[in-house]
Amino acid sequence: MKKVLVISGKGGTGKTTISSTLIDLLDIKALADCDVDAPNLHLVSSFDDKSLLKEDQFKGMDIFQINSDLCINCGKCQENCKFDSIDFVDNKYQINPLACEGCGVCEFVCPVNAISPIDNYVGSTQVFKTDKLFSTAKLTMGSGNSGKLVSQVKKNLDDNIKDEPIAIIDGSPGIGCPVIASLSAIDVALVVTEPSLSGLSDLKRIVKTAQVFKTKTAIIINKADLNLDVKKLIIKYINESDLVLLGEINYDNNVSKIINSQNSLAKVNTLASKQIKLIAEKLLSLVHESQ
Amino acid sequence: MSRIAVLSGKGGSGKTFVSTNLSNIMNNSTYLDCDVEEPNGHIFFKDSELKYEKKVYRDIPTFDSNKCVGCRDCVNFCKFSALAFIKDTPLLFDEVCHSCGGCELVCKHDAIHYEKSQVGTLSVYDNNSKKIVSGEMRIGEASAVSLISEVLKEVSDNSIIDCPPGSACSTMESIKGADYCILVTEPTIFSLHNIQMIVELVELFNIPYGFVINKSNKDLDYIIEDYVKTLNKKILAKIPFSKEVAQITSEGKLITNENEDVKNLFYNLLNNINEKVN
Amino acid sequence: MKIAIATEQENLNSQINQTFGRAPLFLIYNTEDKTSTFIKNEAMNAAGGAGIKASQFLVDQDIDSVICFRLGENAVKVLSGANINLYSAQANKSIQENIELLLNDKLEALVDIHSGYHHG
Repeated sequence: MKKVLVISGKGGTGKTTISSTLIDLLDIKALADCDVDAPNLHLVSSFDDKSLLKEDQFKGMDIFQINSDLCINCGKCQENCKFDSIDFVDNKYQINPLACEGCGVCEFVCPVNAISPIDNYVGSTQVFKTDKLFSTAKLTMGSGNSGKLVSQVKKNLDDNIKDEPIAIIDGSPGIGCPVIASLSAIDVALVVTEPSLSGLSDLKRIVKTAQVFKTKTAIIINKADLNLDVKKLIIKYINESDLVLLGEINYDNNVSKIINSQNSLAKVNTLASKQIKLIAEKLLSLVHESQ
Repeated sequence: MSRIAVLSGKGGSGKTFVSTNLSNIMNNSTYLDCDVEEPNGHIFFKDSELKYEKKVYRDIPTFDSNKCVGCRDCVNFCKFSALAFIKDTPLLFDEVCHSCGGCELVCKHDAIHYEKSQVGTLSVYDNNSKKIVSGEMRIGEASAVSLISEVLKEVSDNSIIDCPPGSACSTMESIKGADYCILVTEPTIFSLHNIQMIVELVELFNIPYGFVINKSNKDLDYIIEDYVKTLNKKILAKIPFSKEVAQITSEGKLITNENEDVKNLFYNLLNNINEKVN
Repeated sequence: MKIAIATEQENLNSQINQTFGRAPLFLIYNTEDKTSTFIKNEAMNAAGGAGIKASQFLVDQDIDSVICFRLGENAVKVLSGANINLYSAQANKSIQENIELLLNDKLEALVDIHSGYHHG
């Protein structure tokens, strides 16, 4: 199964809108949402609670807890904690579960063994099945470990689907751990950018990140007619960097209303949808070319 | 005045747009770009003079092979799997290392000491009595938190903090110490879904907050308005979608320098916030 | 010699796992007495540095060679540092077939080395 990952660098360029439209146009049966900090793909897909195949809690790294009955208030834990996670409140030392990184230093330095590790559930993974398979997850607010959860979302996709030619994975913005984790074992990285100076600056950073994995990278310029000068700069950058320009999509007033009423761009006939159709065809060729 | 953090959950809603323009109309303000993975704010403050730049470091362990006896207590202790032992000294994988200090503490042979490793760069610019602070993370560096806390050291009383998207650790670090949070939304179902996580976050931190609807559209604003009503909160400003605003912003310009109407919207926003904070 | 291979099933006819650090099992195959031992990969649940942890485990098992599809550079650092030979697995061939190819000197050295998935 070939995997196409849709990422963007800068947020708000249209990743999820484009992913969902491509999924509809190409009748993709295997999809995943790897934007575990802010998953959105389900909002524009047709999965509901009835199609939930399985749901699992996701355990992060153990965090630590102080047993106040054993604690002698020596403060050694707080003194050695590099993450400011230990507070002295109401005459007790307490570990803030949101700030604890799970390093175990406090447990090591405690002279009376008052500190021990506890399970820390940081999110959940879900797999939905209709005639399509959809793997997604949600990270509890504030948690780290997003890279590992992303890997689990992808694993759930692999484990539950056989014999599909292409899977589309909606990625996350930025260039940090969740993006890096989602880039592994990907056949094509599709970067959605927009013609703004911010967009160009972020495009360069995300491309650099994708190239670390030597992944075949293709670019879509969304809201392309917003700024023709910056668009030219982006195209110049694409040519100089040996990337593939998959296509352009003009700003289309209708898209917002269509998406917000949970319709699909694949089912309508506006300018943007026509341009995405062309892009979908080119994507198919590109995917078949990738080894 | 105060320290105002600008958040949005979802990327592309207009955090930087609101932050930079607010900062522009405030006198003696400091603009802090905490989106260190993709810092963009400084693009909008042309004619800024670089005041100084400094490398930001964190501490990572180094190993003295003369003192190391190969007991592997450090390797066994490390919860992040940042250490391996193959020949006669431990091997460190620094991008996985969280700088917790544990290995140094468990070593009974004084063979481990911490040294500095670069996480990114901090740049401070001067612009007409405004200060612009920007942190840029080194590519491949996994954790933004230490760089963000370095950026925040430059905070002053009149500060606008441009936060990263999402609600993960880097966003949490950015809002520590904020007096007020502006939640920037756009009238879409995606934005509504993601802002709910941000509301959870700011309520957890007990910071007062209000909403801005960016790219406002009278047919779609209800998506956000209905939700804000259920929280008994206020919409501090609605900035209408306009292609002109989008175009000017895409060129890296500040709309508050180019359009009187939008400038007034931002003045009203500032007044509304001042009322809330004071 | 001892050969290590990441796998999902305790079956020499099954496929080699596409990943390494987070594969569920490792097969340790001893060419001298032709024994197969399947061991659970504890690194699978590591928050980060799974490649490092899995590699450390194999180093401690005195492995001579690893057959896999790809490795992160951290895993390579640990394994090569311990002088373990790394071979490129052949797709569409079972574990057993790949072991035989290795013994007949028909496997190439590993080339698919990437920069890793960083912490977590």
